[in-house]
Amino acid sequence: MGQLVQQLINGLTIGSFYALIALGYTMVYGVLKLINFAHGDLFMLGAYLGLVTLMGVVVNLGAPASLLLLLLIFLIVMALVAGIGIVLERVAYRPLYQAGRLPSIVSALGASIFLQNGVMLLYGARYRTYPEEFKVIVPDVIWEIGGARVALIQLLMLVIAALLMAGLYFFVQYTRVGTAMRAVALDHDTASLMGIDVYRIIMLVFLIGPALGGAGGMMVGLYYGRIYFTLGWSYGLKAFTAAILGGIGNIPGAMIGGLILGLIEALATGFVSDAWKNAIAFFVLVLILIFKPRGLLGERVAEKL
Amino acid sequence: MGESSLKDLIGRLRKLDERYLYSILAALVVLFPWIVRSVRWIQVVNFFFVYALLGLSLNIILGYAGLFQLGHAAFYAVGAYTTAILSSRYDIPTFWLLPVAGLLSAVFAILISRPILHLRGDYLCIVTIGFGEIVRIALRNDASSLVFLSKIPGLQFLEEKLTGLVITGGPNGIFGINRPAILGFTFRQQWHYYYLFLAFVVFTVFAMRRLENSRLGRAWTCVREDELAAETMGIDTVRVKLLAFAIGAAWAGVAGNLYASWVTVIAPESFSFWESVIMFCIVVLGGTGSIPGVLVGTVGMVVLPEILREVLLNIQQWRMLLFGAAMVIMMVFRPEGLWPSQRFRRQLELAKEAVGSE
Repeated sequence: MGQLVQQLINGLTIGSFYALIALGYTMVYGVLKLINFAHGDLFMLGAYLGLVTLMGVVVNLGAPASLLLLLLIFLIVMALVAGIGIVLERVAYRPLYQAGRLPSIVSALGASIFLQNGVMLLYGARYRTYPEEFKVIVPDVIWEIGGARVALIQLLMLVIAALLMAGLYFFVQYTRVGTAMRAVALDHDTASLMGIDVYRIIMLVFLIGPALGGAGGMMVGLYYGRIYFTLGWSYGLKAFTAAILGGIGNIPGAMIGGLILGLIEALATGFVSDAWKNAIAFFVLVLILIFKPRGLLGERVAEKL
Repeated sequence: MGESSLKDLIGRLRKLDERYLYSILAALVVLFPWIVRSVRWIQVVNFFFVYALLGLSLNIILGYAGLFQLGHAAFYAVGAYTTAILSSRYDIPTFWLLPVAGLLSAVFAILISRPILHLRGDYLCIVTIGFGEIVRIALRNDASSLVFLSKIPGLQFLEEKLTGLVITGGPNGIFGINRPAILGFTFRQQWHYYYLFLAFVVFTVFAMRRLENSRLGRAWTCVREDELAAETMGIDTVRVKLLAFAIGAAWAGVAGNLYASWVTVIAPESFSFWESVIMFCIVVLGGTGSIPGVLVGTVGMVVLPEILREVLLNIQQWRMLLFGAAMVIMMVFRPEGLWPSQRFRRQLELAKEAVGSE
């Protein structure tokens, strides 16, 4: 029983990371029908930029490590990664909108290789650790709930992820710009006839998605303490799976898909076999898609009229 | 060589009949090992051949039939591991295993693709990635890691059978694969393999050209362009798509067999997601659905990094960074691929016209 609760909590934590990254995939896909394979690397970049900023501010400048400072750095990292996301869209994707889907996928893969190796050149091929100093920021408090151990940092991560996702949901559902975004996702031409600047919306998508991904990267760094330059592929692939699982293009779908994937992984680790957890996650994905070809929340779209 | 003499040479070459040009090219290819006399570059070209075979096989699925397949390494792995296991355990000559590897790959492809054929575009893409990863993880974990199955009531007997069972060799893979031999001649040197692989690539290019213009090839094009219309015309779309997967996988399995018998040591990491990405990029970079395109794409994805290695003597670490940037630049400036098929080029022109007239 204790182990079940423990794995559920672990699963929710990992799942919330997946969900944050999956949102970036799903938003870009919803608006552009493009799989942004470089998104995972933007997430990885967030982890590195978070480390570098934290090091710079806390270790070099000697600023007192506090929760407020941490949140501030969070915002800085999100802004930086969002900026890179926008540049990426301009350089690698915008020239290819008319060329069909395959060329943009290859361009995205090229961008992914570029980002990965850029980070490797800048910060080295070895893994990097978030220094011990930051442990003070989030006190090492652990509660026992029903035989399971819940750390304060886990709760903090869950709360931040939930806040970000709720914010996004309300933005997309209840603001004018959010409505415009949904309109563009439905139909570019009609949306632009309604006076929506489609390219501005695309830019916005490439601002929000990478910002959330970057936040996810820094959270993974803080939570696990160890980051690699290849982080983007392992997490990116999982998050993309999560987005598809929930129904790609669907924002609540990405959140649910991420959480489900995290839970599957944690339960597989706890009760089946750690070595097979990724295989099990993909297997569940295949099963779900066999029966629900458009994911859990994906709408049934008529094939062709 | 001076500039004027170079121009002179080009001018003289232009005047030559195309047939002579092709004969010269063919002669250069045949004599290549004797011209470069460098084991390393012959090895690079051997890699080129293996990936050209893989690219041509993926081209059937992705290029002709238009099915997003980003897990082609799985079929390659099935071919290579079939060869490796049977060759190292039962000492079967690897040439005999060539059809076995192809056939098993095809059967495997039919089994996994049948339930997912109804998926469209990007959903198919992630599922094929998923299968690719499942295969790699399975190879890495080996059979003994399945012991957890014995916890299921009724399957307890598996425990003793699975414990310590070695089939794929886990992360270390399999070594001691036989080298191919024919009529008492064993392939050992890099240049031996050069001619072996060259023969396979030439045969494959020939076969693909026949396939492209066959009834089945045209059915693939039709399914890719408009599945509903294809079905209305009486094409059994499920069968046609399954055949694309089966034939593509069989060819990848053959490439796996050749690869295994060439390197004689294989490990799961040679069949990772990265390999599938390379194959995918070979097809799209070269020009989706175009046979010369696949060959040019293979040069870009396999030979170019090696050339960069030679050129960037002091800034070796920049190699992959430049390579990634080159991929983006090539796609941005030539979205139709380096050597596109006629059909794709026309499609892109039409799309541009449509945009221009808005």
